[in-house]
Parts: sequence; C-alpha cells; structure tokens
Amino acid sequence: MRNEAIDYKAIPGWGMDADPENEPTYPMKNYTGDDHNRINYERSPQQPITVEILQSNERPKPPVVFGTSVPPSGLSGIIRRYAFTHSEDRYRHWLPLILADRINVFEGIIDDVKKGHIPNVFAEKGLKATWKHNPQKIVSQILVASVVALTLFSVLKKKK
Amino acid sequence: MLAMNYRGPYRVRTEQRPMPEILHPEDAIVRVTRTCICGSDLHLYHGMVPDTRVGSTFGHEFTGIVEEVGPMVQNLKVGDHVLVPFNIACGKCNFCKQGLYGNCHESNPMATAVGGIFGYSHTAGGFDGGQAEYVRVPYADVGPTVIPPDMDPDDAVLLTDVVPTGYQAAEMGGIKEGDTVVIFGAGPIGIMAARCAWFFGPSRVIVIDHVDYRLEFAKNYAKCEVYNFKSLEDPVLFLKKTTDWYGADVCIDCVGCEAEGNALQTFTGRKALLQAGAGTALQWAINSVKKGGIVSIVGVYGPPFNLIPIGNVVNKGITIRANQASVKRLLPKLIDHVQSGRLNPKGLITHRIPLEEISEAYNIFSSKLDNCIKTVLIPSTKA
Ligand SMILES: [Zn+2]
Ligand SMILES: [Zn+2]
Repeated sequence: MRNEAIDYKAIPGWGMDADPENEPTYPMKNYTGDDHNRINYERSPQQPITVEILQSNERPKPPVVFGTSVPPSGLSGIIRRYAFTHSEDRYRHWLPLILADRINVFEGIIDDVKKGHIPNVFAEKGLKATWKHNPQKIVSQILVASVVALTLFSVLKKKK
Repeated sequence: MLAMNYRGPYRVRTEQRPMPEILHPEDAIVRVTRTCICGSDLHLYHGMVPDTRVGSTFGHEFTGIVEEVGPMVQNLKVGDHVLVPFNIACGKCNFCKQGLYGNCHESNPMATAVGGIFGYSHTAGGFDGGQAEYVRVPYADVGPTVIPPDMDPDDAVLLTDVVPTGYQAAEMGGIKEGDTVVIFGAGPIGIMAARCAWFFGPSRVIVIDHVDYRLEFAKNYAKCEVYNFKSLEDPVLFLKKTTDWYGADVCIDCVGCEAEGNALQTFTGRKALLQAGAGTALQWAINSVKKGGIVSIVGVYGPPFNLIPIGNVVNKGITIRANQASVKRLLPKLIDHVQSGRLNPKGLITHRIPLEEISEAYNIFSSKLDNCIKTVLIPSTKA
C-alpha cells in the first residue's frame, strides 16, 4: 500500500469558503497563518510576580502582564484558591468563586470596621439619587421596613 | 489619588488609594480626564460576574494624559492625551496579530476565555480600572491612541468601547442591503449598534427594550423602529409577524446576562446564578431570526453555562458570531466616521457627574433614574 500525500488543492473548489467576500460566516479577522505557530510567538518580558495571582489551569505559564488589584485573602481567598484547581469548564470553578464573592462582602465590612470606618450603606448605594429622582421608592421601602420591624417587635413581645 | 472602590453588590464609593505604579517596562501611568460607567459595569455592580473582589476599582472606558512611561514604551510620550481601548492587548500573540485584540492571550492569568479588561473583575485579569484619578495602562504601545487634535474628548471616550462594540455588533451581523435587523437592548451599545447598522445598507432597523425613555432615545438617535416588549404579548411572535412570518435577517443581542422578560430565565440566571445570567435576549434572538440567519452577540454573559436553545441553532442553520470588540482594529475606521460627521458618539451622553459622586452615578444608571443613557465621570484633577 502506498502512503501517498494527497494534494487537496487539486480538488475543484478547494478554498472557496476562505473568501471573506463570500459570506459573513467567514471570521472577520486578519488571517495571517499565525494560528499554527500556536504559543510559540515572541513574548514581551514577564511582569515580575510580586503578589499571589490565581492562574487558570488551562494555561501553562502566566501571561506577560496581569493585574495586582486585590490578591486573594481570608476565607474567600481559600475558596478562590480551591476554585482555581478546576478548569474554566467546571461548576467547581465558578460556583465557589461566586460563593467567595459573597463572603468577601462581609470581609470587606470587617476590614472597614478594623480601620475605624463604619460603612455608610445609604451613601454607598447612592440612595441620595433615588431620593432626588424617585422619592416614592424610598418612602415605600421605609414603610415596608417599619411594618416588618413592628411585626417582628410585636411577635417577640408576645413570646415573652 | 481618588478612586472608585467596590464594596459589594450595589455598594461602591470613592476613596483615597495608593498611586498606581509602573509594574512592567511597557506600562504607562495615565491621569484620567474622562471615564464612563458602562452597562457591563452594572453586571459587576450587581454581583453577577464571578471573582469580582471587594476593593476593586472598575472602569474600562477612559481617556487621559500620559504621566509616566516605562523604559520600553516607544509610541507614547508624557503629555499625550490618549483614548484607551477597554481590551488589554499585547500586540504580539497570534490572536493580536490577527486583529483579535479582544482575545489577547497575554493579559489575563485567571481565564483563557477572555482577555484582560481594565477594571473588569479578576475573571478579566484583576486590573484596576479607570474610574480613578490615575490608572496603570499595560502594553502602552499597543492600545492607547492619541486623540486627534480636532476631536472632542467626549467623542474620544466613547471610542474606547461603546462605538466599536456597537459597530462590531452590526459588522458581525453580516448585514446586507435590504436586510431587516433586530437589536435587543436600548442601552448605549444597542443604540450605537442600531446607528451603525445603517452603514451596512439594511431596509429596517428595529430596537426592542422594556424602558420607554430608552426606546424614545434610540428612535431619535438611530432613526429606527422601536418596540417595548412589555406591550407585546410575545416579542418573538411579533417579530415573525412583522417580517412576513419569515424572521429577521439579522438579530443582535446587546443585552447580555441581566435580561428582563422571562421568569424561568430570571430565576435560574439572575436569582440562583445557576447559568450565565438570564439569557432571554439571546433566546429571543435565536428564535426570531430567519432560517439561515445570523445572530450577533456582544452582550456580556458571566459564568459558562446557558440555557440557550442550541437545538434551534442547529435546526435553523443559524450562524452565531460573537466577541468582545477588537477596539484597536476598528479605531482608524471609526475615527474617520466621527471626524467626517457620520457618527456623533457624544450625543449618547446624558449625564456628567464628578468622580466623587460615583455612588449616586451608579445608582442613577442602574435604577434607570432621570432618563439616564450614558454617564461620563470627571475627576477633579482633569486637564
Ligand atoms: Zn463598556
Ligand atoms: Zn496579545
């Protein structure tokens, strides 16, 4: 049996769907053939890794640059480190990250208080703007809150 | 320096934070002159995007003056006034070389599916964003583009995301002469997509949303047909009917993960976070496009799972095209459109708010107060 290399280019119509003018299904990118060099392109020097970065296990080495804004810390950090042991394909990656985000909110409040700053939730939610442009919303929220508080109060009082 | 600080869902503030530093020889430090709040910032603000850490600074749409450059930067000099595309792109990897600047492989350790984006959670690289007085800009030779001297900075700041994303949404739709184009979402991107769609020669451009003031704005700005889906019993059925029971030639999703209009999608996507947000807009796009039609997606979706009707994609032979805009690739064309007067990006701006009042600014946009379409934040240290 002969192992002959087939010249596909001899097939009539070869490459006709590679014409970008042909159909919008053609990816509108500047096709350079570089895809086949994969990850062997010339990289810039590596940004020094001075903080803990969590890296997707779907890539072999860190990218040249990265953000250093909030390194993982505390309980949320432990959960995030766990999340990054799983690939981006898994719920095990994303759901722990969402959980960590929720825990992180409480860590943020504790952190604020430690620094002697009581978070002003009314201001942080920008409710001054709601008061200005949609005051009924605030009034109804206060009403609902007072009804809930009163009900709770009377229920607790009865129990005593 | 003053910067925005995320404290949790619906809670943000500005406060004094350390100055950003050059961390890589190709970095620049930019003093922000204008920065916007984007609809996609709202997904962060609402806690929809995983790995949005407390203490982050958002903001991927900004212009600024170059304050400092790293030793390897060649194309920028101190004092240049630049617009900075939202994608962080190295210019050297194979994706960048092919013009896919939104898909750079060298700017995000935390995910391979998305490239680095300024101020867009750790899922997009953990970079601090531009809602601050100063910001670190990596790969300063690649993205930042000097604002032409005759260009209004308000136009320039919208070229960092809104205009290219709207334009690319229309471009990916492969719109041909005479087509009917349906755009879901009348936020700034949807309005811009509707405006740009006309460049490709359709006969009808239809915008669908649920907020009347946004539809009114879209109608005036983009000269298109608008419909409030709350007044339609079934938007998909309506779109079939209005296209001779054929389906639209092109449908564009400019909504993303926080769509209104479907209880099941809302519960699984927005409340329980079990899929990448409510995929209602995408579902409607797939189901109201014609057979063999094209669906273009620029709306932002979060985690990787969606209850989209993929079976219908197959059965109908739909082409789906989607991406983050490759801002850098489109800039020359779009700068020309703006300079020649064919596009007026700053016409989208309805609010100008000092950076100090960021909490109110987010609330106004998020709660759709005061007929807000697009907000520009101005740091007090601006030029
Ligand atoms: Zn944006
Ligand atoms: Zn790249």
